[in-house]
Amino acid sequence: MTRTQYFTKGMRDGMPICFGYFAVSFAFGIQAAGIGLSVLESAVLSAANVTSAGQFAALGIIAAGASYIELAFTQLVINLRYFLMSCALSQKLSPAMPLHHRLGIAYGMTDEIFAVSVSQPEPLSPFYSYGLIAVAVPGWVLGTVLGAAAGNILPAILTNALGIAIYGMFIAIVIPPAKENRVVAGVVVLSMLLATVFTYAPLLREISSGFRIILITLLVAGGAALLFPLEDKPAEPEEDRHAS
Amino acid sequence: MRVDVLLYIAVMAVVTYLIRMLPLTLIRRKITNRYIRSFLYYVPYATLSAMTFPAILTATGSVISAAIGFAAALLLAFRGKSLLTVAVFASAVVLVCELILPYLPL
Repeated sequence: MTRTQYFTKGMRDGMPICFGYFAVSFAFGIQAAGIGLSVLESAVLSAANVTSAGQFAALGIIAAGASYIELAFTQLVINLRYFLMSCALSQKLSPAMPLHHRLGIAYGMTDEIFAVSVSQPEPLSPFYSYGLIAVAVPGWVLGTVLGAAAGNILPAILTNALGIAIYGMFIAIVIPPAKENRVVAGVVVLSMLLATVFTYAPLLREISSGFRIILITLLVAGGAALLFPLEDKPAEPEEDRHAS
Repeated sequence: MRVDVLLYIAVMAVVTYLIRMLPLTLIRRKITNRYIRSFLYYVPYATLSAMTFPAILTATGSVISAAIGFAAALLLAFRGKSLLTVAVFASAVVLVCELILPYLPL
């Protein structure tokens, strides 16, 4: 496939992310306006961060006029899951991928873009990632702007419906491999069960959502790797070095 | 734009970007350790599943419409439908549910 084809494919796969983002960032825009951010400030915040949970948490901190250290620490805790995702995604890249592309795709490493990217064949083309970013991030920023400028423009029933789009996408990503592979199926079911326990059980529910995801990932993926390690592959990295 | 707001935005953007960027730039080769490779292979499934459920139940206007949307998404995903199809149909199912729900004697 050519660069243009990868980019176009990325744009197509980015559509559901764009819809889902629009719904979430619309709600974010309303809240941002609620704490007194201007439309421009809200838009810049969304474009510079592209992280839902982190941005919602930041609003409370900015509104309270808290310290930069506190804001930095909160973002670190909430967004640390991206670290694990980036580690996993690093294995999908050609070892020969130049630094500027690595820096470029890092900007758009959201939960959703990661989810779509890991389900692509190896090696991942940076132009596919740019296609995803080119469609998804405008949805994120536009939703923020509209939410901040005119929060009552969309009926709640429509944003409610769009709110499920991102989860629908996650489901479409994990189910097909789970059908093929019983260990993956176990990982999916166990992670959902644990997330339910962590969300509702006393004490455990005090753990922030970002940290909950990290704990469950370490527990379940770590356990699965111990009990069901992948077959040893022959020395493939050497061949990859010459690719692309 | 106010300067203090801009500084807040800059601080959070830098922290978030570094978290995303460091593994992608520092891990430049295929990991050969079998355990780490297996762990990273399972990471997306654990992460995405833990993010989806039970959060999906509070993603819409009511638990009922969310549960029906969840069931619709599962069904379509089991049949191997594309991301876009699953996302759009799940949203459509939720929309229809929320249009009907107020008229049901629940």
